[in-house]
Amino acid sequence: MPHTPLTSEEIREGRHKLRRKRRIAFLFVAPLLLFIFIAFIAPIGTMLYRSFYHPIVSQLIPQTIEKLSHWDETGSNRPPTDTVRTFTFELVGLAKERRSGKLAEEVNRFRPGTSSLIKSTARKLKRMQPAILEKKGNILSGIDPQWDEIQLWRAIKKSGVIVTDTFYLTALDLTRGASGEIQGRETKVYIKLYLKSLKIALYITLLTALIGFPLSYYLATAPTRIANILLVFVLLPFWTSLLVRTTAWIALLQTNGVVNSTLEFLHLIDQPIEMLYTQFSTIIAMTHILLPFMVLPLYSVMKGIDPSYLRAALSLGAKPLPAFIRIYLPMTTPGLAAGALLVFIISIGYYITPALVGGTEGQMISNIIAFHMQSSNNWELAAALGSLLLFLILVIYWIYDRMVGVSNIKFG
Amino acid sequence: MKGFPKYYTLPQKLGLHGLRLSAWLALAFLMIPILVIIPLSFNAEPYFTFTEGMLALDPDAYSLKWYAQILADDKWILAIKNSFYIGILATLIATVLGTTAAVGLSNPVMPLQRIIMAILLSPMIVPLIITAAGMFFFYSQLNMAGSYLGVIIAHAALGTPFVIITVNAALAGFDYSLVRASMGLGARPLYTFIKVVMPLIRPGVISGALFAFITSFDEVVLILFLAGPEQRTIPRQMFSGLREQINPTILAVATLLIISSSLMLFTMEYLRARGERIRSGQL
Repeated sequence: MPHTPLTSEEIREGRHKLRRKRRIAFLFVAPLLLFIFIAFIAPIGTMLYRSFYHPIVSQLIPQTIEKLSHWDETGSNRPPTDTVRTFTFELVGLAKERRSGKLAEEVNRFRPGTSSLIKSTARKLKRMQPAILEKKGNILSGIDPQWDEIQLWRAIKKSGVIVTDTFYLTALDLTRGASGEIQGRETKVYIKLYLKSLKIALYITLLTALIGFPLSYYLATAPTRIANILLVFVLLPFWTSLLVRTTAWIALLQTNGVVNSTLEFLHLIDQPIEMLYTQFSTIIAMTHILLPFMVLPLYSVMKGIDPSYLRAALSLGAKPLPAFIRIYLPMTTPGLAAGALLVFIISIGYYITPALVGGTEGQMISNIIAFHMQSSNNWELAAALGSLLLFLILVIYWIYDRMVGVSNIKFG
Repeated sequence: MKGFPKYYTLPQKLGLHGLRLSAWLALAFLMIPILVIIPLSFNAEPYFTFTEGMLALDPDAYSLKWYAQILADDKWILAIKNSFYIGILATLIATVLGTTAAVGLSNPVMPLQRIIMAILLSPMIVPLIITAAGMFFFYSQLNMAGSYLGVIIAHAALGTPFVIITVNAALAGFDYSLVRASMGLGARPLYTFIKVVMPLIRPGVISGALFAFITSFDEVVLILFLAGPEQRTIPRQMFSGLREQINPTILAVATLLIISSSLMLFTMEYLRARGERIRSGQL
């Protein structure tokens, strides 16, 4: 059939139809996209925003913060009396509204020990006669000599900065010196925790690979009927509630638990071993919980490997072990890579199991985020720690993509 | 793998025995912790361990009192109701939105397919603690913290990736000429969707819905941050039970959950097998 070029009319019509089809396809996706933006992307954005946006102090004492912005905190002079008086009046106002505690808590983060000073000063100011307050001069120094310290006013000025990197610095165990230079803190709290979380996640990934590999191989090479039955033993834990599995480990590992009683019964130990509330219990319980995530992708990849490759290598004279390592193992990489990525990324942000079986020693970074959210109410620091964790996970994903290629991964 | 070929050398045989042993040990590691809970939940004593009477199979050492206690406790009853209420509504939202989106995404003319897919699957990748923190900030600004609506929306967002994945898989082998045939015979798009597309992807939709339900039913991190005492669910109640006073009632609840997850697993396997049969055209 001879090729006749399309008329411009036909081309236009074709384009029009394609656009219409695209619009219809997009309309199907649009409701969920909107929903995910509101219910998920916006909250994550709020958290990122909260990690550097901190308007609370400048809302509590706006005039003081405004006046302090003219004061040079790097020098050796105290803020002018006028500024101190403005602060005094604002503090009285806050004390009457019962909000001085919030200010004390906020400033305390920038200079530990300040909380009680602000609270007691606020109490005393509240009881003072208005006439005394109206008197000229610095009343605060009379209440407590600590109010003469420059450090304190530096802390107040710092807490009033609205857009700040303070929380990120704290999350990285850094601080700013008197003249604004960044320096390390003496006690490294958070870096240690990040490293510990990475270490625990690495142990769990290695353990699941070590336990999961022979199991998957056995499942993949067993006759289908047997393999299907055994697969139920992998899937049942996978479908069982996370809290049920954590409860099981508490029952097993506690001081008078099943493991200790069994060992004592067998006369292997005389005294129960303390296993619960340690790093060990966190690792073993999480290995148990995450093992199916390793086995399932590995199994599905191994299932697709033709056993004749290995047989061919053996019949051509290769020794079993080298044949296994050089022929079989490389073919399992997509499954191993998928399992390792899943297990590592899930375990690094895990919260529930370390919180229940980890004690203090087995705590991970997510537990400290929860602590700052719920107990210390330092939401900005929690947001900064969370943002760094998210960043860390994206970096791991990126490195992984570079090394293995995410498209090479097979999730089963 | 019974009976090795005669030409196998001793190290080969040993290696295969070792492999079999480590596989069975791994299966034991997976199953024993779960199986241990079941007899412990019938313990007459308020401990998490086997008593001597239990080991001697003395009937007096066993009792159903922890099961009775679940029913007698208003907190557990409320938690059970909440788990189903929140789970079912979140599943409905996730399934309806997820299925329509998966249908749109599987269309080859869909623009920006990869990026949109990545955005829609992101709730599955971000650690729950981060999602929880973000939602907590966001909801407290909107005064939605401690409300059923907030929790349901949060759980629906967590469940949608699973629906998209399963429906997408069901659509992977979908023959679009069926849609064209239906439309060519005069059916309207909605009618075609309900009568032609839906029956073929139904196993995918149902297993996606089950995944979404399980996700909500088992979820506790978001509940810890977003829910008030009114919205306590079963896992939330277990969490505080394990933290505050450890009591075998939790083991009884755990046993019931193990039974329900076994049922869920068999439903899921049945659906999967059915989906495969539909795709291979045997049904």
